[in-house]
Amino acid sequence: MIEESTLKQQFGDGIWISEFRDNRRVVVSAEQVHHLLAHLKNQLGFDFLVDITAVDYLEYENSTDRFGVVYCLLNMQTGERLVVKTFVNDPNPSLPTVYSLWRGSDWMEREVYDMFGITFTGHPDLRRILSPDEFSSYPLRKDYPLKGRGERHNFPVITRAES
Amino acid sequence: MAVGLPENVFLTKLDVAANWVRSNSLWPMPFATACCGIELMATASSRFDLARFGAEVMRFSPRQCDLLIVAGRVVMKMLPVLQRIWLQMPEPKWCISMGACACSGGVFDTYAVVQGIDRFIPVDLYVPGCPPRPEQLIAGIIELQDRIKKTGTLDGREFVTRTAATGPQPLELDEIRRLREATPVAGLEIFSTPDIKT
Repeated sequence: MIEESTLKQQFGDGIWISEFRDNRRVVVSAEQVHHLLAHLKNQLGFDFLVDITAVDYLEYENSTDRFGVVYCLLNMQTGERLVVKTFVNDPNPSLPTVYSLWRGSDWMEREVYDMFGITFTGHPDLRRILSPDEFSSYPLRKDYPLKGRGERHNFPVITRAES
Repeated sequence: MAVGLPENVFLTKLDVAANWVRSNSLWPMPFATACCGIELMATASSRFDLARFGAEVMRFSPRQCDLLIVAGRVVMKMLPVLQRIWLQMPEPKWCISMGACACSGGVFDTYAVVQGIDRFIPVDLYVPGCPPRPEQLIAGIIELQDRIKKTGTLDGREFVTRTAATGPQPLELDEIRRLREATPVAGLEIFSTPDIKT
C-alpha cells in the first residue's frame, strides 16, 4: 500500500493523491511523471502497465489543461492498482516514453499518438497504429468532426469498364 | 426448317449458352467484415443451402471467383484491399453489395467508414437489410442469375459501357453537407464557453 506522505516526501507538493471507493489516483506534472513512474515500478513493485490512454478536455467545464494522459498500473504481487494522471498542452503535446520501464507501452503509446497526437519522445517506433499511415488528423480530439475532414474520399474510383 | 438433330442436341446462340453456364455456377468470393458475414455463412450452410442455386463454392482466393459478395461495413483502411481484390478477380465478374453498411455506410457515418462501396468499386446488385436474411441474399443471387441470362454476353460487351461509378458522385456534395453540419449555429452550442482559470 503506497503512502501519501512518503510520495510527497519524494516528489514534493507537486503531486496530488485522491481516493474514490477503491481507486487510488495520483495526479502529477508532466515534468515529474517519468520520474514517478520509474519510482513506482522499481521501488513500489508496480510491474504491470495495464493501459495508457488520454482524455481531451477541450470545452470541458472548469478545465485548465487540454489533454490528460492516464497510466493504469497494477502490482502483480499485491494486486494493488494505481492510476497516474498527468496533463499536457498545445502546441506540441509531448511526454517522455515509458518504453524503458514497460515494454508493453509500445503499442499503447502508438495508439495515444494516433488518436490524440500526443508524441512520446524516445519511443522506438512512433507510427500510427489504427488509422492508415497517410491519415493526417487525430480523430479523438474534440475539435475533430465526427464525419471527418474528407479522408473517406481520397481513393481512386474504379468503374466497371476499366476493371 | 427440318434439321435432323440427334437426341440431346439443341441449337442456341453462343451468348445464351455462356450465360446459362455462368449464371448457374457462380463462385462467390466472400468479403465478410461484420454481422452480414454471419448471414452469408448461414446462407451457404445446410438450412438455407445456397448450393441449390449453384453458388455454394466459396473460394477465398479472388483468382478463382466471379462473384464478389461484400458483406458488412468497409473502413477506410480496408478499402484499398477491397479494390485490389476486385481487380484481381478474372472476367467476367459481378459484385453484390450485401446489407445497409456496404450499400450506404448504414448507421456508421463516421470518419473511418466508407459511405457505400459503390462509390469506389462497381456494384451490380444491392441487398438491403441490417443484416439481410439469407432468403433475401438468395433472392438477390437469383435476380443476378436472371440478369446474367438476359443481358450477359460471351465477351463481356455489356461491361464496357459502364464507364461511370455506380455510387453517388461527385463526392464533394458529401463534404459540403459535412461542413454545414460542423459549422456551429449561434444559440445552439452544445457546450458553454469554457471557464478556464489562469
